[in-house]
Amino acid sequence: MKSRPNWPAGLFAVAWLVIVLGPLVYVLTASLRSRADYLTSGTLAVPENPTLDNYTTVLTGGFAQYLLNNVIVTVATVAIVVLVGVPCAYAVVRGTGRFVQRGFTLLLAGLAIPAQAAIIPVYLLITRMHLYDTLTAIILPTAAFALPVATLVLTNSLRDVPRELYEAQAIDGAGSFRVLVSLVLPLARPAIMTVVVYTALNAWNGFLFPLVLTQSQSSRVLTLGLWNFQGQFGTNIPALMAAVTLSVLPIFVVYLIGRRFLLSGLTAGFGK
Amino acid sequence: MQSQRPSSWYAVPAFAFFGLFAALPMVLVVYLSFTSWQGLGTPTFNGVANWSRLISDGEAHASMGRTLLLMVVSWAVQTPIALLIGVWAAGKQRSRAVLSSIFFLPLLLSTAAIALLWQALLDSNFGIFAGGPQFLGDPDIAIYTVVFVISWQYIPFHTLLYQGAARGIPASLYEAAIIDGAGRFGRFFNITLPQLRYTIVTSSILMLVGSLTTFDTVLILTQGGPGTASRIIPLHMYITGFSGFEMGYASAIAVLLVVLGTALSVIVTRATGFRAMSSQQEGS
Repeated sequence: MKSRPNWPAGLFAVAWLVIVLGPLVYVLTASLRSRADYLTSGTLAVPENPTLDNYTTVLTGGFAQYLLNNVIVTVATVAIVVLVGVPCAYAVVRGTGRFVQRGFTLLLAGLAIPAQAAIIPVYLLITRMHLYDTLTAIILPTAAFALPVATLVLTNSLRDVPRELYEAQAIDGAGSFRVLVSLVLPLARPAIMTVVVYTALNAWNGFLFPLVLTQSQSSRVLTLGLWNFQGQFGTNIPALMAAVTLSVLPIFVVYLIGRRFLLSGLTAGFGK
Repeated sequence: MQSQRPSSWYAVPAFAFFGLFAALPMVLVVYLSFTSWQGLGTPTFNGVANWSRLISDGEAHASMGRTLLLMVVSWAVQTPIALLIGVWAAGKQRSRAVLSSIFFLPLLLSTAAIALLWQALLDSNFGIFAGGPQFLGDPDIAIYTVVFVISWQYIPFHTLLYQGAARGIPASLYEAAIIDGAGRFGRFFNITLPQLRYTIVTSSILMLVGSLTTFDTVLILTQGGPGTASRIIPLHMYITGFSGFEMGYASAIAVLLVVLGTALSVIVTRATGFRAMSSQQEGS
């Protein structure tokens, strides 16, 4: 079916392109300009003498530490969610106990809990556990709040596994743990990828939990680091934009490599 | 056969984790809303003092009003744009695939990065509108600037939802409509829109609840200012609790937030007769 080109839609798409791309191009060009150039030649001027000085300033200004903290928080959060989420989804789909089904219902109700509303009691719990101002303080609640969506995505995928496959394993005399390792893990791999991406993005870009649960520079993550740079650099906007660029870079690389996985992780549970 | 079934123990770590850091806090926040607590020491019971204060707190009412404004306006801005671009991006043309891969780029940035970028662009001295309207400094404009930045951040997410759904509409429906002589607009209103109704509901719930819980954007972009011109409910809660150290009262505001969020999901779901899955963590 061939349709004639849709001109109004095309024009609108180009206008939208400018709105989306313009600010991103600005971040990149501003990060390559000197502070003096930015203040005198105007916001959107093209860099005349592109410089990487801003990146040096940012990387020596604590950013390397924030980056490392972010990697630790993200990896640990993803590891927890996958390690407890996959067996849980397996038990929900194949288990027979009423306890598991009741728990799953409660877990799904958790989809409706905004982190903002939980932040005060979470702060109370974390201080009582003597975890305040540690990376663990960020990791634990971030993982807990990713679990409802993660478990939902995993159970939906495991429900699609034909019963015959489980029964064939049973005839082979496999116990439930061997079924988990040799059947569930391989078959759920696309769903696990989705969960990994969803959880990693939430952890990487998280703001509220780090804001409330950490304080010192040694446990600062990227988002808080960016916010902190704003105060530290004042009007040195090129340095701030270099920091913004560096914070997006790792995710941008993932986007280039695996766009499909990234987009499915973003809409986990809500899209197709 | 029975031994092959996973025991309930497989689910226990996940339930324990979720119970401790998500379910228990929901119980605790209700308890804390009936206490006086400065963030240190032990919360002491103070009856309904926080709740009666909430009823008479002018700043809370004003924040509530701004939150409603933010929800309605950002829904009205985001829905048509995300719907149109999503349907457009669902087309298989090569140019559309390339453009939509660019449209999704804002999804990669953290809220903090986006707020800082727009703050720099809209700065009253060094921004693109220097000397012009004060997008962040004018109390009548600031909240709409927040709407704009939220829309810029989240329209790509909703575009993605609509793109996926629009691709799922059977081509035969359009072919039949073309045979019937339906034009482009006729096809959009008679086929595309009705076919996307469930996605519209899901997307709307995510947008409304997302706006209700907007926090990072406002904290970084305007700090709720100028004055309190863009202070919305979650920020009012944060400032009350973590700057004013009135954690008990802030908990009452948090309970209000949960009740409003849940009520909103239920109302939209009931009103549209659709059981949408809702999350308040994602999307705005």
